Formats: sequence, structure tokens, C-alpha cells
Amino acid sequence: MSFKSKVKEKYKYGFVTDIEMEEFPKGLDERIVGLISEKRKEPTWLLDWRLKAYETWKKMDEPRWAALDIGSIDYGEISFYARPKSKKPKYKSMDEVDPELLATFDRLGIPLLERKRLAGVAVDAVFDSISLGTTHQEELDKFGIIFCSMAEAIEMPPELVRKYLGTVVPRRDNYFAALNSAVFTDGSFCYIPKGVRCPLDLSTYFRINAAETGQFERTLLIADEGSFVNYLEGCTAPQRDENQLHAAVVELVALKDATINYSTVQNWYAGDEKGKGGIYNFVTKRGHCLGENSSISWTQVEAGSAITWKYPSCHLVGENSRGSFYSVALTNNRMQADTGTKMIHVGKGTKSTIISKGISAEESVNSYRGLVKVMPGAHGAKNYTQCDSMLIGDRCRANTFPSIEVGNKTAKVEHEASTTKIGEDQIFYCRSRGMDMEKTVGLMINGFCQEVFKKLPLEFSEEAVKLLEMKLEHSVG
Amino acid sequence: MLSITDLHVSPEGPEEASILKGVSLEVKRGEVHALMGPNGSGKSTLAKAVAGHPDYHVTKGQIDYEVDGKKVGLLDWEPDERARAGIFLGLQYPVEIPGVSNENFLRTAFNEVCKAQGLEEMDPYDFDQYLREKLDLLEMDGSFLKRSLNEGFSGGEKKKNEILQMAVLAPRLAFLDETDSGLDIDALKIVAKGINSLRAQHNAIVLVTHYQRLLNYITPDFVHVISDGLIVKTGDSSLALELESKGYDWVVRA
Repeated sequence: MSFKSKVKEKYKYGFVTDIEMEEFPKGLDERIVGLISEKRKEPTWLLDWRLKAYETWKKMDEPRWAALDIGSIDYGEISFYARPKSKKPKYKSMDEVDPELLATFDRLGIPLLERKRLAGVAVDAVFDSISLGTTHQEELDKFGIIFCSMAEAIEMPPELVRKYLGTVVPRRDNYFAALNSAVFTDGSFCYIPKGVRCPLDLSTYFRINAAETGQFERTLLIADEGSFVNYLEGCTAPQRDENQLHAAVVELVALKDATINYSTVQNWYAGDEKGKGGIYNFVTKRGHCLGENSSISWTQVEAGSAITWKYPSCHLVGENSRGSFYSVALTNNRMQADTGTKMIHVGKGTKSTIISKGISAEESVNSYRGLVKVMPGAHGAKNYTQCDSMLIGDRCRANTFPSIEVGNKTAKVEHEASTTKIGEDQIFYCRSRGMDMEKTVGLMINGFCQEVFKKLPLEFSEEAVKLLEMKLEHSVG
Repeated sequence: MLSITDLHVSPEGPEEASILKGVSLEVKRGEVHALMGPNGSGKSTLAKAVAGHPDYHVTKGQIDYEVDGKKVGLLDWEPDERARAGIFLGLQYPVEIPGVSNENFLRTAFNEVCKAQGLEEMDPYDFDQYLREKLDLLEMDGSFLKRSLNEGFSGGEKKKNEILQMAVLAPRLAFLDETDSGLDIDALKIVAKGINSLRAQHNAIVLVTHYQRLLNYITPDFVHVISDGLIVKTGDSSLALELESKGYDWVVRA
């Protein structure tokens, strides 16, 4: 059986919304940083914070240690702020949002108006640099839950943003985090009060629309003692021949007995079959399990972007705190992914689980990069890591770069890895039972990824399966 | 329902030596055939060629199959099209597919076949009921269904699982490739009982086997001996017994 090289992947989110935009001039300097802050009516402390970040960024170099071939990024050719021009400077409710924008989100499957919106999920809708609004806020307010855009949160007492911003991902953490700290625009802010189990799933949908811009959102989630929240994020962008930069930062803080489950389905435009266009996705995501028995779980399905550079991590500080990372990364055509996690065990009895599934097809490169670090004080720390790679065809590559540093004798660290090819025997077996190629691949992908998929909320997991099947259509056969 | 005419098959394209060198075979509805012969004679090749295995290239001859009263040439059909038209191949070495539960595999396959044959698909609940009956038939317990397809199954379990698939899919024409190999006597009896219960007027079964012992439990209507890529002798079930006592040499040399 031969593997055909024909790949005609349909990307159904590749459309552009035709709306007049307000955009900053291209390039980045202190003035632009100041303008962003001014536009967002930020307090002085935040402007100072941004400017310090900008100074730091200027002195840093782009990271080149990943197994990625990155074209040069001209920061002078990117506009760092873009928002739809609207009669209203700020939307008071979703009803005021321009119809074109509401239609855009309808088309993405995220209806925002009250009569149409999804039940059981509160959505913050981010379009280029701004949040259009957040659904279900009143309902959440009854529980004392704050879920809003970062811009709104900054104004809000008791200054939780000021207290936590940059405590998990410091400004100087890395090149892209420094860049984000200087220019970040809307992402979501969320605070779950003590003892509250969030009655809805919270989610943010990121949409890049404008050309020659980047998206630099920043999200901060704080789960107070004994609270629980499921958070989901999704993202898409138009199909363009130019690369676009997405450099986000996500910070999570879990206090004593709190649980945060953070899921991502990443479907940025990935470029065409020759590798032209697509999003450069450079993201820093990290969670601090500060309190004892706290838990942070990252689940990601990475199916888009020309380049993915992303390591959602956990610092397990509180005693008996738990971190997990469940990942499916799929690369096709000329896509490149270098993704994984860092689990830093600081407290006693901390546990972490890493399940990584990489699927590569065509001429793509898919790498797992991970660090498990047990600090001297982390008595009885435990980690289990499993990295599985699946190769489709014989032109793709899969790499695994695990690092393990153990500073405590009582720790137990396990690492398992496997590489499989979708075997022709397996394909024939399924086909001899009546399944066509598409069903066969779907079945096998689903089987390969099921440990990760079952961590996703139900609707997401079905969507994830369909997404992967669609991405691999025509690559196997 | 199946007529094979002058079939030549080679493993990797025309330049390779043929494994089948002109096999002709007629199988009618309601019949059970046994295809016997020494190792390497081409028995399995014939079964795989009928199922459409991509590694077996038909270089000459034809395979005609009667479906819904019409005769069609199978050679241009993909393996999944053949399966949906009611052709089943029980594998000699069933493949493991980690992460895919047996139940999910069976339901997916079953519904694909139903869809193609214009029957209604079954939801998981109804399918579960349907599946239980088939499990009982093969004296398999429900835990089988939750396990990954063939992963970590014993040889006997894998073979039983093939017959379970056959029972679920209810094919019109089944080729069972060395289903008896690797079975202990108890498992052999159960598998034979399963196959016998699936025997019906509207379908046909071809047993590919090296030994006579399966035929102690399933009486074929015809026994064919294949040797060096050709059917060299055809008879009734007594031929199998004769082979058991005399070996293959006398037929092959004749």
C-alpha cells in the first residue's frame, strides 16, 4: 500500500471578516508600548511594567534551541495593536457588538448573543487585540466569580491583576514572554473565590483577523482555596500567505485544595502544503500550584500553526500538589511543532503525569521536549511520563527530548516512550472489515490519542477527533 | 456466488514469480469449501487476493462475485468495498490495534457494512444487545469488548475474535485463513461450533487449512488441494481424511 503525497487540507476557518480596523503603525518602540497602555486606559504601574519588559526584550535574543527552522521575524513589519473600528469605544453588552463581528463568531461556532449562546459555557470572545465581551457574567457574578477581559480586570478592585501579573511567568522569563509583557492586549482574567466550584465551563475564543498584525494576549486565572474550574480555549485565523505572530502568555495560580483544568484546541492556520503562510505560535503557559493538594492539568490538542513552540508547565510548590500535561500534537505538510512541558517538583509528595502523543505526516517535524525536575526538598515526589509518536508516511520526523533532573533520593520518576507507524497491516485489517480509509485513520488516531481525548470535555473531545481526521484527510492512503 | 478463473497472483508486481499460477474455483451459496495444501502452496494467497490485499497483485485471470443478483468483477474494488459487499477474510495472524476497543471496532465495522447494504445503523445500546448474543455463541465473556483490539490476546483469543467479527458482520462469503492454527482442542471445538452456526443457505464459507482436524467438526461440501499455485485435486470430505492418513505427497506428485 502506498502513501500518497497529495494533501488538500480544507481549513474552514480561513475566511476574513471585512470590517474597518483601527491599527497602530507597524513596528515596536517605547512610543507604541505607551500607546497600547494609553488605549487601554491603564494605570501608571502597568505602563512602567510594560516599559521595563520592553527594555528587557530589546536586550534578549530569539530562542534558537528548539528543533525548529524559523524564518526571520521582522518586528518592524508587525502592527502590535488592531481593533475593529466601532461607534462605541467600549461595548456595554453583546447586543452592541457590530453585526459583522457577531456573524464571525457565529460562523466559528461560538454564538455570542444571549438567545443563541452555548449553554453551560461562558465565553470571552477576543478579536485581534480586544475582547468583544464575555457571556454569562451575571450568572457567574452570583457565585462571586470574576470572568472578564484583562482590560476590565485591571480596573477592578482589589487589584488582583497587580498582585499576580508576572508572578508565574516573569517578564524576563524568555524572549516571547518579554515581548508579550511589553505589548499584551486582551486575554481573559478569571478569579474563582474560596470554596466555589465554578458552575459553568469558562472559555476564551481567540480570533486573529487583521493582516500584518500579531496577537499578544495574556490570560491570568486564579483559583482560590478549595475552588474548582474547567477552562477551555480555542483559536483560529484567516488563511494568508504571510506568517503571522501569536505570542501569548498564560498564568495560572492554584491555592490550597484548588483545581484548574485548562484545555486548549489550537487550530491556527497552518500554512499551505508548500509551507507558505501560517501562524508562528510562540506561547508561554505556566501554572503555580501554590497551595497544598492543589492541582493544575493542561490538556492540549495542537493541530494548527506553521510553528508551535509551547511548553505548558507546572511548578508544584504546595505539598502533595499535582500537575498534569496531556497533549496531542499533530503536524502535517511542512508544519513544525516543538512542544512539551516542564514539571518542577518543589513540595513534598508532589505528583506529575505527562502523556504526550505526537502524530506527524507528510514532511512535518514533531518534537516532544520536556523537563522533569525534582528539587532537593521534594520528598516522595513522583512523575510518570509517556511519550508516544506516530508516523504517517516516511518523510516526516518525530523527536523526543526528555530531561530528567532528580535532586531527591526518595523521588520516583518513570519515563516511557514509543514510536509507531500506522502499519499497512492495520490499515488492511480495518479495510477488510468494511471501513474506508477515512474511517480507518479516524479510528486509529482516536485509539492512539484516547488517553488525552478523554481528559477533554465531551463536546471538545468529539470536535478534536473530527479536527484531526480532517487534518489528515488525504495524507494516508 | 464466487467464480475465480485462471487466477495468477504475484507478491510485488508482474516481474516477481507468481504464487498462484492459474487457479479456478467456483463457490455457490450454501456451500462450505475446504482449501488444503502444504505450506507455501498458495492457500492464503488465494484468500488474500479475494479480499483485495494490496500486497497481492493479480497479473492474470479474474474474480467474479455475485452481489444482489448481479455479477461483478472484483479486481478493481478496494478491500473495504469488497467487505461492504459481504466478503470477509478471517486472518491467520490478526493484527493488534492499540487503543481501539474491540467493541468500538466491531460497531464501526458493522455500521459501515449496514450503511452500504442499505440497512439501518445500530446505536451503541442496541448493538450491545446484538453483540452479547454473538459472544455467547463463542463462549466469550464481555470483558473482551473493552480490551484493545487483539492487544495482548492469546493466539486462541485472537482466532475466536475473528469468528466473533464474522458472526457480527454476517458476511455472504467468508474466507477463514488457518483459523484452526494455534487453537487447543477446547478452543477448536468452540470455534467450529461458531462457524457451523453461521453456516446457512444464503452464504458460503471457504476454510483454508493445513490440517484435517478442523474438518472433524465442520464437514465441507468440497475439499480442494492446492499445490504450487494450482488446484491439483478436488473431492468431497473424504478427501480430507485421505490426506490426513497419506499426507500431501501422493496428490502433489500425481
